[in-house]
Amino acid sequence: MNAKQSTLIGKLSLLVVAMFAFGYALVPLYDVFCDITGINGKTAAEPVSAEEAIVDTSREITIEFIARPNQQMPWIFKPEVRRMTVHPGEIHVMNYLAENPTIRSIVGQAVPSVSPGRAALFFHKIECFCFTQQYLAGGKDMLMPLQFYVDPALPAQYSTITLSYTLYDVTAQWQPDEHDNASEFGE
Amino acid sequence: MSTVTTADHHDEHHDHKPTGIKRWLFTTNHKDIGSMYLIFALVMFFIGGAMAMVIRLELFQPGLQFVDPQFFNQMTTVHGLIMVFGAVMPAFTGLANWMIPMMIGAPDMALPRMNNWSFWILPFAFLILLITLFMPGGGPDFGWTFYAPLSTTYSNDTTALFVFSVHIMGISSIMGAINVIVTIVNMRAPGMTWMKMPLFVWTWLITAFLLIMVMPVLAGVVTMVLTDKYFATSFFDAAGGGDPVLFQHIFWFFGHPEVYIMILPAFGIVSAIVPTFARKKLFGYASMVYATASIAILSFLVWAHHMFTTGMPVFATLFFMYTTMLIAVPTGVKVFNWVATMWRGAMTFEVPMMFALAFIVLFTIGGLSGVMLAITPADFQYHDTYFVVAHFHYVLVSGAVFSIVAAAYYWLPKWTGHMYDEKLGQLHFWCSLISVNLLFFPMHFVGLAGMPRRIPDYALQFADFNAFISVGGFLFGLSQLIFVWVIIKCARGGEKATAQVWEGAEGLEWEVPSPAPYHTFGTPPQIK
Repeated sequence: MNAKQSTLIGKLSLLVVAMFAFGYALVPLYDVFCDITGINGKTAAEPVSAEEAIVDTSREITIEFIARPNQQMPWIFKPEVRRMTVHPGEIHVMNYLAENPTIRSIVGQAVPSVSPGRAALFFHKIECFCFTQQYLAGGKDMLMPLQFYVDPALPAQYSTITLSYTLYDVTAQWQPDEHDNASEFGE
Repeated sequence: MSTVTTADHHDEHHDHKPTGIKRWLFTTNHKDIGSMYLIFALVMFFIGGAMAMVIRLELFQPGLQFVDPQFFNQMTTVHGLIMVFGAVMPAFTGLANWMIPMMIGAPDMALPRMNNWSFWILPFAFLILLITLFMPGGGPDFGWTFYAPLSTTYSNDTTALFVFSVHIMGISSIMGAINVIVTIVNMRAPGMTWMKMPLFVWTWLITAFLLIMVMPVLAGVVTMVLTDKYFATSFFDAAGGGDPVLFQHIFWFFGHPEVYIMILPAFGIVSAIVPTFARKKLFGYASMVYATASIAILSFLVWAHHMFTTGMPVFATLFFMYTTMLIAVPTGVKVFNWVATMWRGAMTFEVPMMFALAFIVLFTIGGLSGVMLAITPADFQYHDTYFVVAHFHYVLVSGAVFSIVAAAYYWLPKWTGHMYDEKLGQLHFWCSLISVNLLFFPMHFVGLAGMPRRIPDYALQFADFNAFISVGGFLFGLSQLIFVWVIIKCARGGEKATAQVWEGAEGLEWEVPSPAPYHTFGTPPQIK
């Protein structure tokens, strides 16, 4: 085997390793791409601070709320109202009702999705139950608040924004130290 | 192949090779390894084919007759995996092993020991895959595309074995591809310049680069499925911050170049056969090379046309629609070049030519339905219907598989030293041609009418067409038994083949005697 051949084999092997890494690099790249473009209806995973936004009273935006538990999630999960009309810039609070009808404690994680996808960039959450995992003991219920406003920069073609939450059972992945009531587990 | 004698030191062609099973286990000879790949591919073709027979048996009539839906899903899944990774890809690798060194005037592949290993891990990969069918819970049942969450949240316990078998197939393909590239780059005979290489060598060189670029991505995505299922990662699990649509992006980033991996060597084969039997030089050699390279580059820019219905933004669907349609241009260049090669040629219609001609016509039909599928708004109707099944079987069965069969007939006399039985070969061709169309053409109609793929039952309105399709399927399966008989008969004996075999054949492989000696081109040939 001559030197030229070994160099070529080396380069090709490096390409194999690089492409394997690239496959994994697609994961963060995908998230960054969706964050920047707002496609895929992903909203920010972090809260935004409530700015002194100018309320644009000349426009009305209808916000529709959809909430559904995942097939394997036994909770009852629904918004207090199905839809509300807001002016861009106004801060609103919306409560979601969660009820655990089972006898065991369950941890839930809500994952938001906004439609139309590009409107996601203009839907800001100041506070949301979706930022953390939610713990609910068996037979209990609770109100989960969402505080939000619509960016006045929302392009004019959007008059309705649909916010959909899917609630997942993440009891298996729960990290108890985040919660005070960890001792309730294991009953 | 030279005959294996009982004498330990049989020196006729300086081939000191062990006898019996050890010869095959330890061989580093490109011809032995090529033969093993081809036989392996043929065996896998029949195993995968048997699964297709189960599918067609169940779909012969509406309602659930023979198998339960979960087993049906395992059949569609494993049929796909075996045909793609076990039949078509190893068959092309086998042809590459046999023919590339002989076509470029090299004594063997550049890395013969790795060559041995890349073949011998393959049977174990498929053993692992097939054995899952007999385990509690059954084999993989989430489709060969193993979309998350079907392969993560909802899959059965044997998924880990599926993942490992895909890993092994990937390693095998990558090693094979590295071997092909190193051989072609470093071992061409003096005077064999890039633009003198036969097109089969060119198309394989480009295919090998595609393999190196995408098989690691496939390895990555199956590993993510593995860790999502067993190690609580959340690449594709929305509950943990992942995204199931991401799976489809990564998978199809592999998956679309993969479909060209399965067709580019076929272009090379047809570009070898058509000039031989038209007794003319290939029309537009350079444009063939550039068209192959353009298809390969474009293949990285079209993956999301498999995902139009996931709710992509309009801009993205338009981008992927246009890039997909652009691929029709270099592909069209190829089809017209083949037609132009035949124009005013002194054509004869031996079996390899018949399969190559059928390839050109039927692959073009499959290509055109591909252009239909690329139209985003129309795709919403076609998506996940039998129209898609018809499309990819036209390009893979009457495309890739027909080209492999054509190649087998074309080079069998070189491999065995005997001419195959022309009458039986023609019988095999006509049975295959008629049955393959009876099998796949009506799928267009039921697909357009809305019959979904991967479902073991269907609405009553599709009953007649499905009965036709099933009959076509059984006939196509039976027709391939003729092929096996032709190969066995040809290996055993027959009319002696000359070195050139075909009157119009040109190229280095036709300058060595038939059967090709165990070692060829120990001293490099002179290229005119």
